[in-house]
Amino acid sequence: MNRDELIEQLKGQIIEQLNLQAVTPADIKTDDPLFGEGLGLDSIDALELIVLLQQHYKIKLANAEEGPKVFRSVGTMADYILAHGQ
Amino acid sequence: MALEAGLSAANFLQALYRQVQPAYPKWYKMDKLSQLGLLAAELLLRSVDQGATDPFGKAIVLQSAHGCLDTDLRFVAQLDDIPSPATFVYTLPNIVIGEISIKFDCKGEQAMLLCEKPDAGMLEAYVHSLFAEGHTGLCLCGWLDAFGESLSATMFAVTAGEEGETFNKENIQQYFDHEQG
Repeated sequence: MNRDELIEQLKGQIIEQLNLQAVTPADIKTDDPLFGEGLGLDSIDALELIVLLQQHYKIKLANAEEGPKVFRSVGTMADYILAHGQ
Repeated sequence: MALEAGLSAANFLQALYRQVQPAYPKWYKMDKLSQLGLLAAELLLRSVDQGATDPFGKAIVLQSAHGCLDTDLRFVAQLDDIPSPATFVYTLPNIVIGEISIKFDCKGEQAMLLCEKPDAGMLEAYVHSLFAEGHTGLCLCGWLDAFGESLSATMFAVTAGEEGETFNKENIQQYFDHEQG
């Protein structure tokens, strides 16, 4: 799977995992911030994204301090998965 | 307000949300108890002038039979895999009070009392004690229950000064008897 395909898959998984019923994949811009001004996600959503990485990509964040960098946007999530996925 | 008959509990809440439109961003993440409580509070408080009420004087006192048991069971069912943190958040019966408090800026006394059925005497005594302490100007109170496909809400907005005249056990019981069948 290439980066673009992974990004599209991730957008769908984020919508499903976070139950964002009013959001479509097209609403999620690849490089927009997921937290704060972007989708407006909160700390519980951050935990859900960690679960998403574990469930779908078998990736456990080795260092919690990596979180803000990994989950900055869908694009950074995709890059992390491509670098660390099995 | 007309809703299609025969809706599931979840679809009923969703249909009512679309009609009431309380504009609460966490709606889709909440459990049924919180959704029911938020809608009941929204419908009730629309007719109450809260402008002069200090947020620290807005109290919430609710009774429930099942509390968060519905969500507890969903969470337990997830334990074979990685359980959802968003589900875990709602495994406390008083979370609904937190959601109502956020939406309506309530920072006063709060209590979620678990009892088998609506208890008018307990509710009267509890709410009267809050007003007697002198810090409460408005109390949102009553019965709220959600379990499986069963939803039940009978809520009151009691303001300081009226609690002695109309908010008594007999009147409360009449509402409970009527609403609970």
